[in-house]
Amino acid sequence: MHPAASLLIFTTASGLGFGLLALLGVGLPRFDGLSAWAFYSLGFALACGGLLASTAHLGHPERALKAFREWRSSWLSREAWASAATLAVMGIYAVLHLLWGLRVAPLGWLGTALCLGTVVATSRIYAQLRTVPRWNHWSTTALFLGYALSGGALLAGQVTAALLLLILTGGAQIAAWMDGDRRFAARRHSIPSATGLGAPGGIRQFEPPHTGSNYLTREMVFVVARKHVAKLRVIGLALAVLLPVGLLVLPFSHILAALAVVSHVAGVVVIRWLFFAEAEHVVGLYYGRDPVRR
Amino acid sequence: MTQLPPQSGEGAAVKLGLVIDLDTCVGCHACVIACKGWNTENYGAPLAETDPYGAAPEGAFLNRVHSYEITPEDAPARIVHFPKSCLHCEDAPCVTVCPTGASYKRAEDGIVLVNESDCIGCGLCAWACPYGAREQDPSEKVMKKCTLCVDRIYNESLPEEDRTPACVRTCPAGARHFGDLGDPDSDVSQLVAARGGYDLMPELGTRPVNKYLPPRPKDDEIDVLAPLLEPVAQEPRGFLGWLDRALERL
Ligand code: SF4
Ligand code: SF4
Repeated sequence: MHPAASLLIFTTASGLGFGLLALLGVGLPRFDGLSAWAFYSLGFALACGGLLASTAHLGHPERALKAFREWRSSWLSREAWASAATLAVMGIYAVLHLLWGLRVAPLGWLGTALCLGTVVATSRIYAQLRTVPRWNHWSTTALFLGYALSGGALLAGQVTAALLLLILTGGAQIAAWMDGDRRFAARRHSIPSATGLGAPGGIRQFEPPHTGSNYLTREMVFVVARKHVAKLRVIGLALAVLLPVGLLVLPFSHILAALAVVSHVAGVVVIRWLFFAEAEHVVGLYYGRDPVRR
Repeated sequence: MTQLPPQSGEGAAVKLGLVIDLDTCVGCHACVIACKGWNTENYGAPLAETDPYGAAPEGAFLNRVHSYEITPEDAPARIVHFPKSCLHCEDAPCVTVCPTGASYKRAEDGIVLVNESDCIGCGLCAWACPYGAREQDPSEKVMKKCTLCVDRIYNESLPEEDRTPACVRTCPAGARHFGDLGDPDSDVSQLVAARGGYDLMPELGTRPVNKYLPPRPKDDEIDVLAPLLEPVAQEPRGFLGWLDRALERL
């Protein structure tokens, strides 16, 4: 799938933002006054910035409000509702805390639940697609939650929680990569199943239906060289997990913590890029792209 | 409304669709052009082109013809032309993912359509379709797809023989058939039964209405007299024989 910049920014920034807001909702970190202002602003800026970036992916952003209509069947619509509800509830919680010094705990817990719900809804937009076997699995949701919470914990300066979450998420990511590499073959998608013709290896594209590219090939038939995939996975994991863990176990300093955050975010961007770029859509089979026998 | 219409009893509903004969299709792409022509001049936004006379022309189409080479182990290789457009799936994933309700499946005849004035151009329906049947228009930025020529098939101002999808009407080989696949007695259903019509990517559970008829096996024997013909020399003789031996020694 085409790794569009708007979707990379959307999933990464809103994930971090909702992760941080989820922790603020349960009262972590316990700051008041100016530092509290800074944490809330950062959380809202990331969440809203990400959501705003997602509208850049739309052909008709001016009609974006119509996306609230079909929450009964569509995860994209549910995501719209969940994020709006989260911003509203966390907004009230933050205003009460910042202006009146009131921490309404149940409201915060509701906000936290909504933050996590939003991340789940975002992940389901991708995980629901049976046409993209690599995404079509509960591990997609687990990883979106893992990255949101570890990023949130890093931003909130929760060292122990961040360490634990980073290690868990990194492990889960490795498992998901290994499992994802096998899923297309396991689902038995092939050029013969797509066309009803020939046997595997006994059929190939003779000529494509059009001389140039088209919407489908640009959006969905995106291929990254295998050797680059391996390198990018190592780079992504090193930046997102290993380096931050290393920096966190050193004696605490603000500079090291900031470095850990920067490294983590850069790593998550690399991993998200791979999340899109590596994902094989079954329509590629019609264009002779069989990821199992390429 | 992006929930699928309730099925009124198995087999009861009208399911309009196409039956495509891969044995007959000659790969002329006439259906592609007829489709583009009709759907640019009629229902919905015109199908746009980008850089139409330049170095990299590109545009939106609702129907495309792929070509495959099949190489069976026990028969000569053959080319199969493979037209592909929306299959008007009964369990259409493109409909349920749509956040706005722009994508919908009609209860009365099963045609899957896009209400273009509601489409936000998010592209999720194109991701959800296994068959590459949806393309976003490059200038209108709304999702385009086969309408089964909904503005022809019920159009009483057209002569009766034209009340069929443009691709079916134009196909010079008669490789495309249109009808009600929900009615087991219709011509198309009979054709599917007789020729072993099948679904594309059945493992995805989309239950397409459109069916494909497999290419018929080719005759094995090239000529009944062929075995009686004198065999050609197996061993090269004369100059060629000398050349063969000389090269062999090098
Ligand atoms: S072929 Fe694609 S666009 Fe058509 S109904 Fe099926 S999933 Fe939807
Ligand atoms: S591109 Fe349009 S029709 Fe397709 S899912 Fe988005 S809003 Fe619905």
